[in-house]
Amino acid sequence: MAYSDKVLDHYNNPRNVGSLDKSKASVGTGVVGAPECGDVMKLQIEVEGDRIVDAKFKTFGCGSAIASSSLATEWLKGKTIDEAMEIKNTQIVEELSLPPVKIHCSVLAEDAIKSAIADFKAKHGGAAPGGKS
Amino acid sequence: MKTPVYLDYQATTPVDPRVLDAMLPYFREHFGNAASRSHAFGWSAEKAVEEARTQIGALIGADAKEIVFTSGSTEGINLALKGVAEMYSEKGRHIITSQAEHKAVLDTCKHLEKQGFEVTYLKPDKEGRHSAEQVAAALRPDTILVAIMWVNNEVGSVNPIREIGKLCHERGVLMFTDATQAAGKIPVDVQADGVDLLCLSAHKLYGPKGVGALYVRRRNPRVRLVAQMDGGGHERGMRSGTLNVPGIVGLGKACEIAREELATEAARCIELRERLHRRITSALDHVHLNGSAEHRLPGNLNLSFSFVEGESLLMGLKDIAVSSGSACTSASLEPSHVLRSMDVGDELAHSSIRFGIGRFTTREDVDYAADQVINAVRRLREMSPLYEMVKEGIDLSSVNWQAGH
Repeated sequence: MAYSDKVLDHYNNPRNVGSLDKSKASVGTGVVGAPECGDVMKLQIEVEGDRIVDAKFKTFGCGSAIASSSLATEWLKGKTIDEAMEIKNTQIVEELSLPPVKIHCSVLAEDAIKSAIADFKAKHGGAAPGGKS
Repeated sequence: MKTPVYLDYQATTPVDPRVLDAMLPYFREHFGNAASRSHAFGWSAEKAVEEARTQIGALIGADAKEIVFTSGSTEGINLALKGVAEMYSEKGRHIITSQAEHKAVLDTCKHLEKQGFEVTYLKPDKEGRHSAEQVAAALRPDTILVAIMWVNNEVGSVNPIREIGKLCHERGVLMFTDATQAAGKIPVDVQADGVDLLCLSAHKLYGPKGVGALYVRRRNPRVRLVAQMDGGGHERGMRSGTLNVPGIVGLGKACEIAREELATEAARCIELRERLHRRITSALDHVHLNGSAEHRLPGNLNLSFSFVEGESLLMGLKDIAVSSGSACTSASLEPSHVLRSMDVGDELAHSSIRFGIGRFTTREDVDYAADQVINAVRRLREMSPLYEMVKEGIDLSSVNWQAGH
């Protein structure tokens, strides 16, 4: 299969690989996918005020899955929670030129973003983040 | 050393220069049609074809008259299975095969099921093998054919063909084996092994693509087939079509070389395979061998690397040519049916890599490949949430995965 240059770039030089302390109140963690499906993404955000100041990922999956989550962390940094909720899988597909068989990778990345935000919100009683942690 | 290093010898092999040299005159001065009886061009082509028949027969313990030329194993399989089914359908309509067979066998069996035949698909054991006892338990009074591959193309497991052949002969059932991966690599003797039909393909044993042979037993019992192509009645009426003379000459020469060098080459491939395996497992933990350690094709190593996904691993191995048991590279996103049938978990099936070693593989190639694999797996595990969880002491099977895809 031929990969786009952007997928290859993210695969060879993934941005923001790593982990944040998931026990911290300012950190939201999302883990989506399943090993038997061949894709597991862990995506974490660190929030100050209502702004995402850091994002990290670890992904078990194909090159497109790695690229999708790497790109997601790049896009998340500096966004507000509300702006982050607006990220759509179709934008990831477009940016990385993913072929139809790899669209599920972008869906998983969007799920991971939403899941990390949901975890962060749950730590704050489900209310809009007010900056106190 | 040239990169990428070719380690996919179960997919195909390069043509041996000695084979190519043998073929070339049959494109040029000896271009005749082997069926032309009226002139020297035809006679020399026919002579070359008959010599190839003898060379192929010698490799597998068959008489030259029992060799039918085909375009390769897919055709050989179709002709054997459909030809036998049609010929013996009055006697019975039951066929036994394996879930781990090549798609050419499985899809031909599916076709026969639509025609009213019944097929039993035996499940292999965890090493990808079948026993004669298992076949015996599936035999029925209306069973006409057992089709079990000699060597599995993905995991390299070698089936006990001699025991299965003996059982089939005792019970009066025909025995077909797909020997595409076995012929020229391990000893094959259709007489001693009790095989009635066998297919092989030139390009798996350093011959050209597009030519193969089907062995059809002539005595004890005499096997009859219904031809699947109508035409000039070539190949004792079993396979019409002008013979591919240069290809057939190449196949014959490839079989001759394989027979002469089988023992030394098998020993060399085993040594390289073990070296590759040892180097990888001494540097990495959580590496699983798929298939059998003992009953294994000399040039096959199939490993699963836990916590990394096969396709991303292949991307990291761009300087070595290997294949993955995960079919994510195709559109299906399904792990290999072979690994599934052996109850290798989907997670491990997704992370499997097949290394195929052969005649032109060097120790340097193997060491280079081992280093590439070790580096790629380490890098991807640093990126893997599963590896991180396992290191934290989490049992992955206890996790409630949010899988929606």
